[in-house]
Parts: sequence; C-alpha cells; structure tokens
Amino acid sequence: MAYSDKVLDHYNNPRNVGSLDKADPNVGTGMVGAPECGDVMKLQIKVNPETGVIDDAKFKTFGCGSAIASSSLATEWLRGKSVDEALAIKNTEIVAELALPPVKIHCSVLAEDAIKAAIADYKAKEEKRTPVGAVTA
Amino acid sequence: MSLKFPIYMDSHATTRMDQRVFAAMTPYFTEIFGNAASRNHAFGWQAEEAVEKSRKQIADLIGADAKEIVFTSGATESNNLALKGVAQMYAEKGNHIITAATEHKAILDTCKRLEKDGFRVTYLPVQTDGLIDLQQLRDAITDKTILISIMYANNEIGVVQPVQEIAKIAKEKGILFHSDAVQAAGKIPINVQKDGIDIMSITGHKMYGPKGVGALYVRRRNPRVRLAEQMQGGGHERGMRSGTLNVPGIVGLGEACELCHKEMAEEGRRLAFLRDKLKDKLFAELDEVYINGNMQHRLPHNLNVSFAYVEGESLLMGINDVAVSSGSACTSATLEPSYVLKALGAGDDLAHSSIRFGLGRFTTEEEVDYVAAKVIDVVKKLRELSPLYEMFKEGVDLSKVQWTAH
Repeated sequence: MAYSDKVLDHYNNPRNVGSLDKADPNVGTGMVGAPECGDVMKLQIKVNPETGVIDDAKFKTFGCGSAIASSSLATEWLRGKSVDEALAIKNTEIVAELALPPVKIHCSVLAEDAIKAAIADYKAKEEKRTPVGAVTA
Repeated sequence: MSLKFPIYMDSHATTRMDQRVFAAMTPYFTEIFGNAASRNHAFGWQAEEAVEKSRKQIADLIGADAKEIVFTSGATESNNLALKGVAQMYAEKGNHIITAATEHKAILDTCKRLEKDGFRVTYLPVQTDGLIDLQQLRDAITDKTILISIMYANNEIGVVQPVQEIAKIAKEKGILFHSDAVQAAGKIPINVQKDGIDIMSITGHKMYGPKGVGALYVRRRNPRVRLAEQMQGGGHERGMRSGTLNVPGIVGLGEACELCHKEMAEEGRRLAFLRDKLKDKLFAELDEVYINGNMQHRLPHNLNVSFAYVEGESLLMGINDVAVSSGSACTSATLEPSYVLKALGAGDDLAHSSIRFGLGRFTTEEEVDYVAAKVIDVVKKLRELSPLYEMFKEGVDLSKVQWTAH
C-alpha cells in the first residue's frame, strides 16, 4: 500500500512522543485499543488550570503507520486548544488531513476516541478536585 | 560487494528465477515450439523429448519414477487435483479427509469446497511449535477416512512436519497420504519412497523456476493411486490432467529441480548459517523477541519472529528497502492476523508483531547484515513510540489490563 506524504512524515518524524505524569491533576490520560486488535494509543493532555487551554499533549502508539500518524497529528492539533475546542475534533478531519484510505479510517476513529478519553479523564480529576457544591472563586 | 536495493527476503512468496533455468527455457518459446502431443512429426518429438527429460529431472529430485509425475499449472492446481481427485475417485470407500489448521489456503479452501459437496474434513490443530500431534492424527482417523493431507513444510513458519511418521500411520490404516511440498521441495531432501508419500504437490516458482508450472507426484505402485480428472479435454498426463503441455515452463521446472538437486546440500548449509546469523543478531540486540515455530524441525532458509510491542505493518514501513512479510492483520487482504500464527496459540498480539524472513539462493551475507541492523534500529525506534513497551518496562502485566477492544 502506498502511504501519503503526510503519513510518511508523521511516521518518520513523530511529533510529541512521550509521556506526562499520570498522577498530575492537570493531566488527562486516554488509552484506547487493544494489543490483539493490532493498535493501542495512549494520548495525554496537560491543561493549564488558569486558562483552561491544553498546554501540552503527548502520545505513544502501538499500531500501523496510519495509527502512529493519526495520533501524532492529534497531539499537534490539541496543543493550544481549549478543552471544548479539543472535543470538537472529528476523525473525518484527521482522515482528510492525512489522506487515509478507507481501510485506515479506524485509525482516525481511534485517535478521536483517544482524545475524548484523555479529556474525560482530565474532567473526572477536575470534578474530584472541586467537590460538588463548593464555591469556586 | 555493494548492496542493491530493495533487498528481497521473501522467498516463501516466490523466488527469482535462476539465469540457468531461464537459459534452458528460452529455445522452447521460439525455435522448439512443437506440441508435445504431436506424435507424427519432429516438432512434436522434440517437445516431447524435452518434457520427458523434465519429468526425469523432477523424479530424480524426489526419488520417484518419471512416469509418476503429472504436470500442472502450479501448486494450487496440484493441490486441487490431489484432494478433489482422491475424494471423487474414492468416494465409495469413504468421505472423510484429515488435514491441518496451518495448511496453505490451496488446501483449506479446497477442503471447504469438498465439505459443501458432502465430504467431512477434520482440521487438526497444531502444537505451540507448529507440529501436529501424531496421537491426535491417530484419534481423528475413522473407517471412512480416505485421505490425509499434511504439508511437508509450512510457508509462514517453515516448520517441517513428521512426514515419515504420518505416512506410517496412513499406511497402517490403508489411507492415502498427500503432502503439499511446495516450500520443502528442492530445499531439503525429499524421497517419496523413504518418506512414504502417495501424492505430492510441487511448483516451479518457489525453487528458482518459472511461475505457472507445477507438478503432482502420483504413486503408481504400493498402492497405485487413481485420481478423478478435474478438467476434460484430451486425456493428457495419463488421463489425470488434460491440456496442451506448457513446454517452456516444464523445461524450466525440470532444470530448476536438477539445480536444486545438485546444490541443495551446500545451499542448505549456507542458508542455515545466514539465517542463524540473522537470528543471533536480532536476539543479541533486542529483548522480547519470540521465534514462531519449532527451530529444529525447520527449513534452513526460514525465520519467523515476533517483536513484541511493535506492530508488524509499522515495522515493514520502517524497513521499506527490504521485502519481507508480516502476519499482522494490517498487511493481509482479510484484515485478520495470520491464521497460522493464531493456530500456534501464541495470541493475536504476537501475530500482529511477526515478521517472516525468507532467505534464498541469491541472499548474500552483506544483505543479512544490513537487514539485521535495519530491523534492530526500527524496532528500537518503534518501541520508543510504543505504550505497550513502556508498560512492559514499568512491570505492568498486559494480560491483566482491561483493553477497549474495537
């Protein structure tokens, strides 16, 4: 199969590879996929508590080149976005940007799932930190 | 010697034709063009002479008599002819066939077809090393069993089955034994008499010969095997395979067999040395590498390994100047991981991480060194990217993790 130049670029120069501290209250971690299915993505965001903007995003992916490229691209897009803006990222935008063929669309779906999972994890932490009924200044 | 790219290391898929085979074939396209079935002029006689020479060359490679060789278009046809031919010819005796889960699709799909036609097929599982369990074979036999079809050597993991023991069991019970020897013929010694094989498939293009030509060995005595023809039209090849013979292809197949016969011992030693060198280098530099299939009972030119926590297609992408294949779902047409590796019971994750290296006559030591270095480099890079490798290093038991299957 021929890969698009953008997939090749992300595969050869993956952006934002690494891990953030899972225990950090400002870090949300999403891990989606399964080894027996051939792809697992771990995507993490670090949100600035003052501004609500995603300051940092990191990923690690076990999967084909398109899965690696989809998650690499996702971290690029996440940086600088608010949490709500991040939630609006659609897998179809990833498909279009990377010119993924139909058999690789599931890679983009997985990346969207990873984004949502990371945000959900971050929000869960936020709620814990702010007990229900508490008044925040 | 300088390296030429891309490097071919996928000899189980096909092999480059040997120049000597090509040279032997060329006159038969233009100058000696007769129909081997033309009995009344020199053109036909010349073609027939070439065909009979090839028959002898093939027979010599496998310890058969030339009269026992039937020419076909390749191994898929040979396997179809063997299975359907026996099933139809011996249908009155029984309707049960035994084969194995790791056979090539040319066997499995043919068996599926026979099941639709009312035959019963037992697909033996294999042990974790890829070998069948002889006791399970014995247990599967019924008084309706007419054929056992077990491959000589596997196309993915190179594992060589205990052919002689299987033949003994078949003989004891009066059951015919067919073996798909496509990967083994010309690579390791085969003798249909000593091995006790009744029917055997081979093909040209896996042994440095041309594509589109194969043969079926059909035993003529003890017992005399009869096959129902699968095509009508002239009754060529003792009535088992009609159709004008592909003379240039047949000449090529014969020449390929003769070269393999002459060079097999030395070539096998050389390839085993190179294969082991490749394996040793990978194991010296990388952790969590697993061999798929038995290492002792194995073709000398095969290596199939799983690089845990690295997905196969992404690995192929990183070594794109080397031609190998992977058992990963992403590289298969069906989007399923290799059924052969799954049959070993190692888990789908290791199938996704597998690479098959198929060395061959034209593989050089420089190529092996290059491929080893490149694979090591890319695996290390991809493991930096792998959340699974990170978890493994942290001591997480991945089998206990709740994954979100999709």
